[in-house]
Amino acid sequence: MSTEARKPPAQIALKIRRILGGKAGWNGVAVQFAFAAILGWIGYEIVSNARANLENQHIAAGFGFLRNNAGFDVNQTLIPYTGSDTFLRVFVVGLLNTLVVSVVGIVFATVIGFIVALCRLSPNWLLSRVGELYVEVIRNLPLLFQILFWYLAVLAALPNPRQSISLFGIAFISNRGLVIPSPIGESGLEPFLAMLVLGIVASLALRFHARRALFQEGRLIRIWPYVLGLLFGLPVATMLVFGLPFTFELPQLKGFNFAGGSRIIPEFVALTVALSTYTAAFIAEIVRAGILSVHKGQMEAGSSLGLSRGATLRLIVIPQAMRVIVPPLTNQYLNLTKNSSLAVAIGYPDLVSVFAGTSLSQTGQAIEIIAMTMGIYLLISLLTSAVMSVYGWRVSRSLGA
Amino acid sequence: MKRVTLALTLALAAGLSAEAADAQTLKTVKDRGMLSCGVSQGLPGFSSPDDKGNWTGIDVDVCRAIAGAIFNDPTKVKYVPLSAKDRFTALQSGEIDVLSRNTTWTISRDTSLGANFTGVTYYDGQGFMVKKSLKVNSALELNSASVCVQTGTTTEQNLADYFKANNMKYEVIAFATNDETVKAYEAGRCDVFTTDQSGLYANRLKLASPNDHMVLPEIISKEPLGPMVRHGDDQWFDIVKWTLFAMITAEELGVTSKNVDEKAKLENPELKRVLGSDGNFGEQLGLTKDWVVRIVKAVGNYGEVFDRNVGAGSPLAINRGLNNLWNKGGLQYAPPIR
Repeated sequence: MSTEARKPPAQIALKIRRILGGKAGWNGVAVQFAFAAILGWIGYEIVSNARANLENQHIAAGFGFLRNNAGFDVNQTLIPYTGSDTFLRVFVVGLLNTLVVSVVGIVFATVIGFIVALCRLSPNWLLSRVGELYVEVIRNLPLLFQILFWYLAVLAALPNPRQSISLFGIAFISNRGLVIPSPIGESGLEPFLAMLVLGIVASLALRFHARRALFQEGRLIRIWPYVLGLLFGLPVATMLVFGLPFTFELPQLKGFNFAGGSRIIPEFVALTVALSTYTAAFIAEIVRAGILSVHKGQMEAGSSLGLSRGATLRLIVIPQAMRVIVPPLTNQYLNLTKNSSLAVAIGYPDLVSVFAGTSLSQTGQAIEIIAMTMGIYLLISLLTSAVMSVYGWRVSRSLGA
Repeated sequence: MKRVTLALTLALAAGLSAEAADAQTLKTVKDRGMLSCGVSQGLPGFSSPDDKGNWTGIDVDVCRAIAGAIFNDPTKVKYVPLSAKDRFTALQSGEIDVLSRNTTWTISRDTSLGANFTGVTYYDGQGFMVKKSLKVNSALELNSASVCVQTGTTTEQNLADYFKANNMKYEVIAFATNDETVKAYEAGRCDVFTTDQSGLYANRLKLASPNDHMVLPEIISKEPLGPMVRHGDDQWFDIVKWTLFAMITAEELGVTSKNVDEKAKLENPELKRVLGSDGNFGEQLGLTKDWVVRIVKAVGNYGEVFDRNVGAGSPLAINRGLNNLWNKGGLQYAPPIR
């Protein structure tokens, strides 16, 4: 008589029951599906009702407006834009302006935040008090006021273009912004760029090779002279062969304003300064908490090995602290990006200002425009989170946790 | 952020309350006991709160006249201050019954917003204001200037058209509210402030030293400003439309807030029709027979309203110009009440 193994129960059905129903079993699964159906029905009712109402009231609907001409101008555009471009292009222009202020703000906020945190933790009494004062003052004032403060302070401090402050006659600061010479590509530009890229790639490869040698064979290779040669020597050599890669167009005062050159508008400066100093106060506290979460013994071990305080922090404490720092740091990056929508108060042409503001009232299509704007903010935030999650995962992995 | 939330809530409200846009605005207003009127956030002469918090201005008087015609009490108005870009959403969603907020009548606004303009309370045009110290005498000398403007207005598009047509370059800095725009202009962020010419005169009064600034002579656009109501309620459309016509007709017939009672007793057939002792035009509108009397008692005739708010009797001291009656060289004209 042969015994046959009993057939295992259908795994998939069990899995579904466990994931959806939990302890309630199949009843739980049914409840979940009913709930999802109700949510779906409510969503459908809202959308179809809104559509019907808009149609009844003869309010234009749909996304066709994106192909219409916008007919207004924007004062900071990273891509070419004129008033006769479409609303879709306005959307892109606004999005890029939001992204540039967010990225620059995030970089500065992180740097300032780390510096302030290290100040607060410093054994130096004065430094730690200064750090504390910074955090307590900045994080307790509403951001909108800080933005207005920086904007009005920047404007009030600067002269008009005719009396602008000249920096060596090539750059000018006035209440129209900072005007700097803009590079104009020449015939030598392409080989120059090609060599620069080649230099960067070769340097990275060298670094990879050196680290392998260090970790696997214990050989320490000095690579910095080669890197220096690759990054600077190579492009300079091409410049000598092919001629200058670019020349500079100097700004000149013509009529009311400067013509030529590139310009950084005061709205951008005020917004970046306000966003980065404000977020830095929160980042400083996150970094401080992260560093304090590392056991004191690690610091002492570093000192007893003869490492300086800076080296101990850099090599031992901060890598371990990063595990604690990264998740709340992500929150601050997201906050900064979303807070950049306050730009509308000082006339910086971000996405909310030019698209959810001007375009909305030119077209009157509130639902579509607000939905698009919310969608893109959601996308930016999810992407930021994803990047930070990958980074956090790598930090944890490298610590063997 | 606040604006985004507001717009979204309104969008949802539009989705959920199916009756919001349907007829019966008059009944809703009567049941509520208040007219809900969308006005600006403060534009002297058109709609701005005084030091006691009472709203005054030509646009406010339109609201007061409607409330006067309905309730015989011009104070029964709830004023909802709106920024340029929130105004249409507030009207579409039913938050306000009438939008009386220096809004330019254009074809796209009349056709795609689900709302209608009821008439023209003020014929305006866009102009430019500069500091006298710039020594500019014409808008054609403004090449490469920086221009401060309020977002969400026809002004922004006219500006782009004008500079393009005249082959001039400019930099535009757009702010969400009128006050922010004026503040940036005063702080020297831009050389030029542009909006409707009446608005330039009104905003000049807000500056620290109004006499250092001048309004350039060029008018670069047609800006007929008027009240708006939602589509779908013709009775309400008629009430708002004829309130303005009643004010103009009263001026034409020489009926003022002071002499309206005496005029009502006269045996003049036209006066009898207009002031309600003959015919039932008011009742056809859904109001009372003496609706014109109520309107004139509430705010006066069009001329009185103009003088008190923006004309000779106000700090703005703007000439009647295009806003004079049709038989005195202007454009203000009302169809006959008969």
